[in-house]
Amino acid sequence: MAPHPYLFIVIFIGVAIIFPVMPLGLAWLWRHFFQPPKPGPAKNATYECGIESIGEAQIQFHSQYYLYAIIFLIFDVEAIFLVPFAVAFTGLPIGAFVAILIFLLLLIEGLVWAWGKGCLDWAK
Amino acid sequence: MTEPIDEGLRSELQRQGIWVTSMQELYNWGRKNSIWPLQFGLACCAIEMIATAASRYDIARFGGEVFRPSPRQADLMIVAGTVTKKMAPQIVRLYNQMPDPKYVIAMGACAISGGPFKQGYNVLKGIDRYIPVDVYIPGCPPRPEALLHAFMELQRKIDEQNLSGAAKAQFLKREQPSEFPVPAFGEHDLKPAANPKLFHPPQIERG
Repeated sequence: MAPHPYLFIVIFIGVAIIFPVMPLGLAWLWRHFFQPPKPGPAKNATYECGIESIGEAQIQFHSQYYLYAIIFLIFDVEAIFLVPFAVAFTGLPIGAFVAILIFLLLLIEGLVWAWGKGCLDWAK
Repeated sequence: MTEPIDEGLRSELQRQGIWVTSMQELYNWGRKNSIWPLQFGLACCAIEMIATAASRYDIARFGGEVFRPSPRQADLMIVAGTVTKKMAPQIVRLYNQMPDPKYVIAMGACAISGGPFKQGYNVLKGIDRYIPVDVYIPGCPPRPEALLHAFMELQRKIDEQNLSGAAKAQFLKREQPSEFPVPAFGEHDLKPAANPKLFHPPQIERG
């Protein structure tokens, strides 16, 4: 008679339970009969670098930071446009030069606007 | 604990291919051949410690190659180098965080006594003021062979530890502390300057 097709799953589950439980049980017996546990404040501490942790881990970062992030993003992209301009500077026709100057002026105007608006001051 | 087996009978059985052992021997055999040191170097001795772990000297032959970056997984602390007073509390704290059984090798003149910097205002005069040291290695720095020798001495020491009875190992005793007080930074020195329960320097008699 052939064994039940799902018998191996039962065996598998049995092994999967015995395999982790047995060492845990042995460790428990060992602790009980031979080696008493010795917890302590340093042993139970979260960090293990030798330095005591200072303060709370739950620090809040202010959302005002996003203004800096946006302005940084805009001027970072500007730098990418300026690199090809600088490379091709000597061979540029006058029209292209004026166009890039207008682009730069627009960005500078944006910076002046952001400055005047108080975006560069750290909002309290 | 039953009566230990007669040595003559044991060797006779061994000749016939039957190995008789006890739980204590098996336990100590397993422990002594798998000592995981804490990955922790302080000064020039650490270079020798690194050399000991590398291929030429190869501490792996003795089962000690698994240098752990966390005290929670380490059995052995090799205090390799000059311990400054700024560093001493951190060392004691790391020692406290190691699980029992734990061992300490004081490697080199500095870790033993302060070494050539003994007169320095900021150098601890021996790590045995705060934590119990199992093996001391003299030398400045000790050669990798010396560290290997200390390692073998430690293995011998582990092998002799009893699992039960009145003479059982210290770490198995419930009343034996696993953590030692961490010194604090004082105005001029660490406070206390030594753990009085632990530090018993030999008294010099001048006659």
